[in-house]
Amino acid sequence: MSVTVRIPTPLRSLTDGKDEVNVEGENIGEIIENLEASYKGIKERICDNDGQIRRFINFYLNDEDIRFMGNLETAVKDGDNVSIVPAIAGGN
Amino acid sequence: MGFVKGLKCRECEKSYPKEPLHVCSFCFGPLEVDYDYDGIKKILSKSIIESRGKTMWRYQELLPIDGEPTVGAQVGYTPLVKADNLAKVFGVDELYVKNDSVNYPTFSFKDRVVSTALTKAKEFGYKTVGCATTGNLGNSVAAQAAQACLESYIVMPADLEQGKVIGTLIYGPNIVKVRGNYDNVNRLCSEIADKYGWAIVNVNLRPYYGEGSKTYGYEIIEQLGWKAPKHIVVPMAGGSLITKIGKAIKEFVKLGFIEEADTKLHGAQASGSSPITTAVKAETDVIRPVKPNTIAQSIAIGNPADGFYSVKSINVSGGWAEDVTDDELVEGIKLLARTEGIFTETAGGVTVAVTQKLIEQGKIPRNESIVICITGNGLKTQEAVLNKLGEPKIINPSLAEFDAVMDEKMAGVH
Repeated sequence: MSVTVRIPTPLRSLTDGKDEVNVEGENIGEIIENLEASYKGIKERICDNDGQIRRFINFYLNDEDIRFMGNLETAVKDGDNVSIVPAIAGGN
Repeated sequence: MGFVKGLKCRECEKSYPKEPLHVCSFCFGPLEVDYDYDGIKKILSKSIIESRGKTMWRYQELLPIDGEPTVGAQVGYTPLVKADNLAKVFGVDELYVKNDSVNYPTFSFKDRVVSTALTKAKEFGYKTVGCATTGNLGNSVAAQAAQACLESYIVMPADLEQGKVIGTLIYGPNIVKVRGNYDNVNRLCSEIADKYGWAIVNVNLRPYYGEGSKTYGYEIIEQLGWKAPKHIVVPMAGGSLITKIGKAIKEFVKLGFIEEADTKLHGAQASGSSPITTAVKAETDVIRPVKPNTIAQSIAIGNPADGFYSVKSINVSGGWAEDVTDDELVEGIKLLARTEGIFTETAGGVTVAVTQKLIEQGKIPRNESIVICITGNGLKTQEAVLNKLGEPKIINPSLAEFDAVMDEKMAGVH
């Protein structure tokens, strides 16, 4: 499966400035591993020491937060869009 | 000249210059303004603060701007109401309502954060500002951007209360309504800030924006005669306000303006959107996002960015958190209106009803001082109480018909 991953500004120094990259994988966990294979150092920025996605990063598969799905095990399909979005201030 | 040294990551403590940055480029932790407190201590005193105008800018040295405020110079210093009638209903000795429903210019505590953020946006040279909003923030950004001659983009869920939409449209901003909830809007704004480079106040100006909330806490303390209360009950949406009230208390202790405080911070949410209270009650700091389902739209944030820190602030202070149903929050709105003459929006109804619950649970002792935070105005969310207040009797202009109304009243018909 090939998905498009949208890269936020703080990580673009690792993707040669690219704001979108195509990555292969069957689920979000594999997408992160394959991102790391292509862009060394990116996993350490996205995941904590336990391999979980850092507290202040939101991962979306298409328009859904993966925490409402299967987290790292969330399966992806060809052509899906994955967004990595830093958590931001809530405001009413 | 201000007293901001720079920005610092709240997680890994990496330092950054004072620029429009909001996340740590390494660990994605939120950035926080870092002040020169020694410098502030040398020039700021209680008497200097008291000698200044009655606005939030009397605490200017503790806010993240470099010069004088250029936007919202009249914001803040709202009343701290001694709520004796409500205290009687609750059976408590000392109760106050910090009433930001009359804040200037748009009747919510968001005027504080927006004047801070837009002053900073002008310092940074932005011409276009914006926000993700559940209503109050949009009102304030639109109004204060108009005053500051900045172009504004307000992004909101499509189903917001009419009062909040009109209260934004009137100032002539660009409004985009999004099919989705606030969390969808928030995410979109994060991507807009990234792509368009505008000053989105609650995204890329977040570290500066959030500091405006501290003034709500400073004012409570000053208005109590330079004393922190024992309990403060705070509505929680993204969870920023409760953490900033905690920070305000700590800063006043650090500056020697008050003795060491043992204020307990209590958080309030609607049961239909309660990821923070759920975490507190489960004694965990892991926030599980939810899909909001409540009429309390202004605090209907299912993925609260400051949720983790809210839990921490509540736990460190020895406070607690509770949530209430939509029916309970409507009763809270009515109770505050009928006892103290204050018409609050849904979030305020939540806060009043949660306060009552915490008192009944014994989490707030009846003989200790309590402050309830009212952060927005009920005139913006009239839908919440529509059809729940009874219908006034209509009569002809006849004394006989009025007498009949009085007879019915005496007979206890209404």
